[in-house]
Amino acid sequence: MDVPATLKPVEKPTSDAQSHSGAEILIKTLADLGVDTIFGYPGGAVLPVYDALFDNHDLKHVLVRHEQAGTHAADGYSRATGKPGVVLATSGPGGTNTVTGIATAMMDSIPLVVLTGQVPTSVIGNDAFQEADIVGITRPITKQNYLVRDVNNLESVLREAFHIATNGRPGPVLVDLPKDMLNTKARFKGTKHVDIPSFKPTIHGHQPQIAKAARMLSEAKKPLIYVGGGAILGEAWKEVTEFAERLNIPVTTTLMGLGAFPESKPQSLGMLGMHGTWYANMAMTECDVLLAVGARFDDRVTGRLNGFSQNSRKIHIDIDPSCIGKNVDVEVPIVGDVKRVIPAIDKLANPPEISEWWDTIHSWQKEHPLVVPEADDQIYPQHMIKMISEITDGNAIVVTDVGQHQMWAAQHYQYNHPRSWITSGGLGTMGFGFPAAIGAAMACPDRDVVCITGDGGFQMLTCELATAVEYKVPVKIAIMNNACLGMVRQWQQLFFDNRTSYSVFGSNNPDFVKMADAYGMIGMRATNPKEMKEVLQKAMAIKDAPVLMDFSVVKEENCYPMVPSGAALFEMVESDEECKR
Amino acid sequence: MSTTVMTKDYRHTLSVLVKHNLNTFSRIIGIFSGKGFELESVTFASEAEPGMARITITTYGDEKTVEQINKHLHNVVDVLKVTDLTHKKCIERELAIIKVSTAKVGRPEIMLIAQAFKAKVIDITTDKLALEVTGNTDKVDAMIEVLKPYGIAEMSRSGSVALKREFQGAVNIN
Ligand SMILES: Cc1ncc(C[n+]2csc(CCOP(=O)(O)OP(=O)(O)O)c2C)c(N)n1
Ligand SMILES: [Mg+2]
Repeated sequence: MDVPATLKPVEKPTSDAQSHSGAEILIKTLADLGVDTIFGYPGGAVLPVYDALFDNHDLKHVLVRHEQAGTHAADGYSRATGKPGVVLATSGPGGTNTVTGIATAMMDSIPLVVLTGQVPTSVIGNDAFQEADIVGITRPITKQNYLVRDVNNLESVLREAFHIATNGRPGPVLVDLPKDMLNTKARFKGTKHVDIPSFKPTIHGHQPQIAKAARMLSEAKKPLIYVGGGAILGEAWKEVTEFAERLNIPVTTTLMGLGAFPESKPQSLGMLGMHGTWYANMAMTECDVLLAVGARFDDRVTGRLNGFSQNSRKIHIDIDPSCIGKNVDVEVPIVGDVKRVIPAIDKLANPPEISEWWDTIHSWQKEHPLVVPEADDQIYPQHMIKMISEITDGNAIVVTDVGQHQMWAAQHYQYNHPRSWITSGGLGTMGFGFPAAIGAAMACPDRDVVCITGDGGFQMLTCELATAVEYKVPVKIAIMNNACLGMVRQWQQLFFDNRTSYSVFGSNNPDFVKMADAYGMIGMRATNPKEMKEVLQKAMAIKDAPVLMDFSVVKEENCYPMVPSGAALFEMVESDEECKR
Repeated sequence: MSTTVMTKDYRHTLSVLVKHNLNTFSRIIGIFSGKGFELESVTFASEAEPGMARITITTYGDEKTVEQINKHLHNVVDVLKVTDLTHKKCIERELAIIKVSTAKVGRPEIMLIAQAFKAKVIDITTDKLALEVTGNTDKVDAMIEVLKPYGIAEMSRSGSVALKREFQGAVNIN
């Protein structure tokens, strides 16, 4: 039946000042949440967002060349600043390309908000073009994820996503946005307050436990503080440093904790674990009271569990209760924010009497220092890292890929500042380094950013050279070129009878300097320490463009100390010869 | 659900109050599959309060494992409350429908067993009886054991649902 025109409800004019498309609400909300940069790649399902970005000037959109790189860049941006990283990708393959980056962020507790396009709600489930169940795919690798089904909820879902990503133990959150949600109009509310009754992380530690921890540390004969990435994520470096210095207790950091305690301080024992220092691993083995701060007793840290720090009474502070008592039994669990708990312990603790313990540690340090081999005619990998450390005065943001170069970079660069060491620890994602360095450099334009990468891992996302050139990102790429998948080769050499199956590139690597040239950027090569120094000095002087440095290093060098897999920390070896025994 | 031998001593019943959405439900199941925890039964249904649901999980593991399960459940953003009913006084019920063959012994004997377990006969065919039994899991297990020799043609169990008793003192009203 036809309704007379006069009786039809008057349609609201679409230019109503109060009404915006979902895409516009998305951008307004991001801007309102303080987001200044997003890393993205367009496609059909997110075209409404790209259209809204076209004349928007509040938000900088960085066009990466691969969505995986986008997530790593957002991740690097976040690790350098503490702010959440934001990624935008289209439906289907756009979303699936983000998966490795999301899993990387999840394992290292990095706050990311990943926005993916989705096919319109009317066809979800129909195997529509470029449809993928990205909420299902990413469920185990996100802290929380959402499919927006009502545009009126879009804004609150986004606010929730940022709240969850950044509070408690941080982590990635994904929001899937069907195309019709981006086109439909709704009101932008601007309500900043977020309240999620089911999400209330414990912040303040339990006071009696804090008092017990303080007592144990004050009375300890051989105490040790073991600091993990939680101290960086929780921005507790100042608290940890003051505490350890006042009590004069030795400090070792995990791979993720590097920079939470300055390595220039006498209390620093450097990194522990599979490629940790001899003295850190021995201190862990022999200590009598262990204070774990935002660390999770990862298997690369503990070595064989029944040989791990057997005589210590353990105190564990962590914001995530599921990290406590997971691998190692703990006498004093403290669930809370390390930034609050450490000062609370500090207030009650007295410096323990531990001069004998220090004597023991000093003798370990004297007998088993980290070794940097040097030669005039070739570059040792350790020497390369040491020189980068010296030339940047320990003040650069170092971003690595995964492999031998990563472990040497962890050992031989002196980390004195937080958020200056960026690496994929938990997932060990090759390909992470270079795009993460781009993100870090964009976030911190006034800092030197050096990407120490391998010839293998760098090749996983070299497409990002175009991004670095386009945005004039002054990242310094230092390729430790050993013409092989060094870490794989090391394991094959030591544990598979030197059968180097598919791990040696030999002469099959590209000419990286020519590659830089093809992208229109500066590339330089060095094959001996003298050239290396010149190349590094030239590169560091360039402040407005990316530079690639190809360092040919000694190919056969292996990374030590090493705790062979299955061995206890104290069973670490320091050379190939020792390993064969 | 798993083929490993489970010890009854380690059985835990967890009652989980969540926001009612399938993503949350999948997340919770994902904890069990992804992290390798045991899952014997699970029920999921709406709560009286709109938008909320209750998941009742029966699982196996030592105290440490169950504590870990508890913590992981708590970490799911949409989980409001996890109660381990194992060491609490609780009201627990399960329902089972069992089709038993009457070919060997005839109906009266099966019906006697049903009576003993306060089970109801809910369907009769020429060679089978369908029985409905309600009780705690032990009772349902026991009745199944007794019926097995006669030939169970088909069976469907609901899995446990449970709530904490208001009064946690000594009581015994079944
Ligand atoms: C995506 C991915 N695939 C495979 C691995 C396994 N893996 C770990 S280290 C490594 C070798 C890395 O080689 P390269 O980048 O040249 O660094 P190097 O060890 O030589 O310093 C490999 C293949 C990984 N960590 N990530
Ligand atoms: Mg290599």
